[in-house]
Amino acid sequence: MTKSIAIEEATELVSIRRKLRKEKRQLFFRTIGQNKAAVVGGFIILFYLSLTILAPVLAPFDPFEIELEDKLQGPSTEHWMGTDDKGRDILSRILYGSRLSLAVGFSSVLFGAFFGILLGLIAGYYGKWVDTIISRSLDVMLAFPGILLALAIISALGPSLINVTIAVGVFSIPLFARIVRGSTMEVKNLEYIDAIRTLGANDFIIIFRHIFPNILSPIIVQGSLRLATAILSAAGLSFLGLGAQPPSPEWGAMLSSGRDFLFTAPYMAIFPGIMISVLVLGFNLFGDGLRDALDPRMKK
Amino acid sequence: MKEDILLEVKNLKTHFITSKGTAKAVDGLDFVLKKGETLGIVGESGCGKSITSLSILRLIPSPPGKIVDGQILLHGKDLVEMSDQEIRKIRGNQISMIFQEPMTSLNPVIPVGEQIAEALRLHQKLSRKQAWEKAVEMIRLVGIPAPEKRAKQEPYQLSGGMRQRVMIAMALACTPEVLIADEPTTALDVTIQAQILELMKDLQRKIGMGIIFITHDLGVVAEMCDKVAVMYAGQIVEYQTTANLFKTPLHPYTQGLIGSLPKLYEDQEELQIIEGTVPSPYDYPTGCRFADRCPFVQDLCRNQQPEIIHVEDSQQVRCWKYTDQWKEELVKEEVIL
Repeated sequence: MTKSIAIEEATELVSIRRKLRKEKRQLFFRTIGQNKAAVVGGFIILFYLSLTILAPVLAPFDPFEIELEDKLQGPSTEHWMGTDDKGRDILSRILYGSRLSLAVGFSSVLFGAFFGILLGLIAGYYGKWVDTIISRSLDVMLAFPGILLALAIISALGPSLINVTIAVGVFSIPLFARIVRGSTMEVKNLEYIDAIRTLGANDFIIIFRHIFPNILSPIIVQGSLRLATAILSAAGLSFLGLGAQPPSPEWGAMLSSGRDFLFTAPYMAIFPGIMISVLVLGFNLFGDGLRDALDPRMKK
Repeated sequence: MKEDILLEVKNLKTHFITSKGTAKAVDGLDFVLKKGETLGIVGESGCGKSITSLSILRLIPSPPGKIVDGQILLHGKDLVEMSDQEIRKIRGNQISMIFQEPMTSLNPVIPVGEQIAEALRLHQKLSRKQAWEKAVEMIRLVGIPAPEKRAKQEPYQLSGGMRQRVMIAMALACTPEVLIADEPTTALDVTIQAQILELMKDLQRKIGMGIIFITHDLGVVAEMCDKVAVMYAGQIVEYQTTANLFKTPLHPYTQGLIGSLPKLYEDQEELQIIEGTVPSPYDYPTGCRFADRCPFVQDLCRNQQPEIIHVEDSQQVRCWKYTDQWKEELVKEEVIL
């Protein structure tokens, strides 16, 4: 009799807990959902991602096909965004170009995050002279304006989209490292880290299995905000002729070739420019919303 | 008789060397833990209890902390001399520890079953699946209902008592010989406290481990411990069986502690207190460290530090009162008067 009551109570408890967990997840989506700007940002990102995936289906023309007799046409029903100085369809080029921009953005952030997280974890966990060496080196990197550092790297490696990715990634390293270092220093003094150490865990297990999962939120937030900067920097470097080279439909490069026709065919520069700004705006809005939802301390 | 000795601490000194000077947190500690025995270490905050437990596991943050002298012998092997890798094999495997605060001692983002499984995999060659099954078994052993379900849950979904049970499961996963319990029940309410203590006693019977029980709660000591070491200012001032400690406390400090407990059958307006404060670990007096607060203090106490004295075979105390010098001192005083 009492046993069945106990079991009933226990199952009830379990269902309450399950509800709590569900509520926690719902709370995350609700906080994000209430933030209209974040929702808009999210939709912008989704929109761009679908463009990227569907580019071959959506693009009405071959982005590389030169039709010199169609050159410099304004927007029309046939060419929605007009054609460029070599008669290529701008809409098609923009659709294919979204792949390049997103790929450069994501891979440079991943590159920067990987090394930044690694350095931050090591500096924050070991402290003392290890921290001093890593932190001071990062300070040196931070002392350069990002674009300048990227310029230096590209002039050493040579202009190409891959080198732009590396350059943008490199100047993301100190930002990730600083955030990770701070969070690591906070987490490593918590009791559960002592507890796992008393059970015989080595530094590797403590750092990667116990500290790292606990500092993911600030990394995710920083990553999404950093994507915006990375895409912008990559486009900027391509605009300067250091990244993607002319036939490539990279937005920055398109902007750059449109520069010469700014007065006669402004749409050549306007559309890639809009694409870049909206995407950057999307990542910024989403990143801010994510920060509010994941990091309660930032809330007012 | 000698084989029964699990852990022997000899003249352990753990000091913290800071810019303010040297803090002698633990200053010459001796005790013995036998198989299946529970040793209580009692004392007020800051007397060196927790530093003692961390010293045994060699987890003193260094710098500034350092074990400057002494031996910690586990089956005759000195832990102080061991390399980091050797001591890591001891931690969790032969000596485990449970902490005071179950709310913060579990990793908040990992399901509890996985945390136990990980503790197992640190010392035993098990596949993920085997470790998981054993973890669920451990959760069942510490008396949590529906262990399969609980194992998949994260710490925030468990109550304080359940989390402490999980901590115990983690600590005991590899069946250690010594369990250090650092105030394991202070953060829990009284009914849960009783359950956890009962569970620990029960598991001790099953596994046969020795427990070092650190607490400031004399009630818990009476419940749990076979022997008690009373610590004051980094030293043991009294060391005897629990029964004797409550019957005939020898050291004035212990007498004060027991005197300050509320009594069930007496009408008391106010509880007794021990006047004064603990001396700073940076600057201990030359004589007895309790001298300033002791109601029986003599010149002898202020001038020279007392050694541990064996009063009866099992009773040890660090006090001049039980020596021949004390009697001479009293005689001298009477002569002067």
